Amino acid sequence: MIDLVGKKQWFFLISGILIVAGIISLAVFGLKPGTDFAGGTSMTFQFSPPVEQSQLREEMAKLGYDKATIQNAGEGSFIIHIGEITSDEANDLAEKLGAELDSQVEITDYYSASPTVGAETARNAGIAVIIAAVAMLFYIVWAFRRMPSPFRWGTCAVIALIHDVFIIVGIFSILGWLAGVEIDALFITGLLAVVGYSINNTVVIFDRIRENTSRHISPDFAVTVNSSIVETLGRSLNTSLTTLFVILALFLFGGATIHYFVLVLLLGVIIGTYSSICISSQLLVVWEKREWRALLPFAKRTAQ
Amino acid sequence: MFGFALWSIVPLDRNVLGREGLRLGLDLAGGSYLVYQADLSGINGTEDEIMDGVKGVIERRINALGVTEPVVEIQKHEGEYSIAIQLPGIADIEKARETIGLFTVLEFREQDNEGNWVPATGIVTVNGTEKELVLSSRYFKENTYVTVSQTTTEILLVFEMDETGAKLFKQISTRLLGKQLAIFLGDEPLRGEDGTIIAPTVQAVIEDRGQITGLSLTDAEELRRVLNAGRIPVPLGSYVNGVFEPSVPLYERTVDATLGADSIHKSILAAVIGIVLLLLFMILYYRLPGLVACLSLGIYGVVLLAIFKLVPVTLTLPGVAGFILSLGMAVDANVLIFERMKEELRGGRSLAAAVEAGFNRAWPAIRDSNITTFIACIVLFWLGGTLGAFMVRGFALTLFIGVALSMFTAIVITRTFLRLITGSQLITNPAAYGVTQFPAKRGT
Repeated sequence: MIDLVGKKQWFFLISGILIVAGIISLAVFGLKPGTDFAGGTSMTFQFSPPVEQSQLREEMAKLGYDKATIQNAGEGSFIIHIGEITSDEANDLAEKLGAELDSQVEITDYYSASPTVGAETARNAGIAVIIAAVAMLFYIVWAFRRMPSPFRWGTCAVIALIHDVFIIVGIFSILGWLAGVEIDALFITGLLAVVGYSINNTVVIFDRIRENTSRHISPDFAVTVNSSIVETLGRSLNTSLTTLFVILALFLFGGATIHYFVLVLLLGVIIGTYSSICISSQLLVVWEKREWRALLPFAKRTAQ
Repeated sequence: MFGFALWSIVPLDRNVLGREGLRLGLDLAGGSYLVYQADLSGINGTEDEIMDGVKGVIERRINALGVTEPVVEIQKHEGEYSIAIQLPGIADIEKARETIGLFTVLEFREQDNEGNWVPATGIVTVNGTEKELVLSSRYFKENTYVTVSQTTTEILLVFEMDETGAKLFKQISTRLLGKQLAIFLGDEPLRGEDGTIIAPTVQAVIEDRGQITGLSLTDAEELRRVLNAGRIPVPLGSYVNGVFEPSVPLYERTVDATLGADSIHKSILAAVIGIVLLLLFMILYYRLPGLVACLSLGIYGVVLLAIFKLVPVTLTLPGVAGFILSLGMAVDANVLIFERMKEELRGGRSLAAAVEAGFNRAWPAIRDSNITTFIACIVLFWLGGTLGAFMVRGFALTLFIGVALSMFTAIVITRTFLRLITGSQLITNPAAYGVTQFPAKRGT
């Protein structure tokens, strides 16, 4: 039988590095709020014949929109996020761009929200993430109420949840810096869906630990946890694979509008599967055995 | 059980006859979604009554435009009233803008001593209190019409004023006899076809009815349309940093129908590729039970579409992603059961006993694990009530229904199929159940 529990220090180290990298990126670059959160106008311009993104950026800068975020949506279409402009100015911009770049321009998607709406959405998104985390903590405590110290199970699952969230947010912070990727309401949606999915995986493993503990398969809790993880490994990996198949198809062929939303799901399924196998149950062992001293540097980072 | 499974298939033949039966959101079908705040300062009557009035006027106006299935809703955000308008099918952005233009209030202005246009006001007693009001299109009755004078063959725009408007117009026209009145939309004067400002001269004192002469037919028709449409009791716009900006929407989303069609096309392609991969994997890895899972997945997909149609659930792009994601997750319950079944078979149980044990033992894990997804969906549904995140609701709803249904199909339909197969003793080869390597451990 593979000894996964024995390698827990390595898993904690890997996660610790990822989380610290994410936090550094967050502190340095922050996140780029999209129209949903910052307000402003976001438009999809369809150019025929297609133009180069660099050309478009240059022309936009000439017209005074040098701060605009431009995302290539393929096939001559670009998603452009500008601070507040009126619809007349937007039409004007489209016309000028068309004339300068010698191409027909059509605005296929026009989206504008006032900053007030954006602030409210951002606040509610934050509340949503917190409510979801707390609700899931309570749920797991309830589901494992017959086990000794159910609160411990819930906490370990929620730490894994926070672990997933931090890594994904960190990656998007880096993407925002590298590629101007913005976060929007769909990003939060993907994040919460992923959190549900990750906890789902964790619960399946916890469920097996619960069953194996009551069957007393080993006096050593670490051995019980390890065999529970290994027994459910086939299921964990296969479920993630089937989900990944459909998400990967959506990512590759699903179009630009939900591209980054699907990327959150893609990353989330991978990280969520990893954290349920390698983090949450392992934390349970650490807690049970009170190996805090030996793991302190790692455990501390994971718990941030 | 099997009858029940069959029963769930039956209504599909009637209900799912192609995608046109599904309700598509504006990001897939094309259309506009506009939200305006109402400026409720200086109104008489309760806020609810006024908002109902606004809603009624907008609904009538949209119906006149021939939009199919428009949705007009009054919303309350942090104590501020706003009105949300969904215009499916108005995919042309210019046309949507034109519709927005219809919602605005036209203002009448006079020239001050320096020749600047300033709002023409009068002091009128409304409900016992004196108020200084600006003459605007909101006091026009919606029965303005264009006709031709029988004596001079001039084009006439004939209008009637409501009670407040009549008092107001009387004061103003008395004061401005022989002077001009221009008509402004925001800070821009309305201009005729020839580009000159439309500013008719007041030739008589106007009370409850009057007429404008000297307009071209096109200008008169245009003005008639706007005046008849402009009678909304309160200005609509949005508050920007505490200042009310008329006719600037709080939120606007307009999607071109071709972009929507492209999204549908891409989603279908992605779904087909994803599902084919999924089915191949299930059959290659789990053999016979995998095939059974594919069958129940097929039923799952069809039932889900039927539910979407019957509820009805409006499908948005994130919603389609939720649907496709739920297909991937629907397999999960099957995987849990099959893995459990394999373990039981290896543990030396008979086939029938392994099937039963697999289902019974896997159930707590299936139930407990899916509840976390439900929690996420419920929180997301709440978040979707926020204006900027309204697209989120589609995802939350489809994923919720999808996961709930997947539990049902795995437990009821897959089990029924597997019981039928094991019960009929048709296929007893262990290889079919993916346990070729452990034939010796098969017990009775």
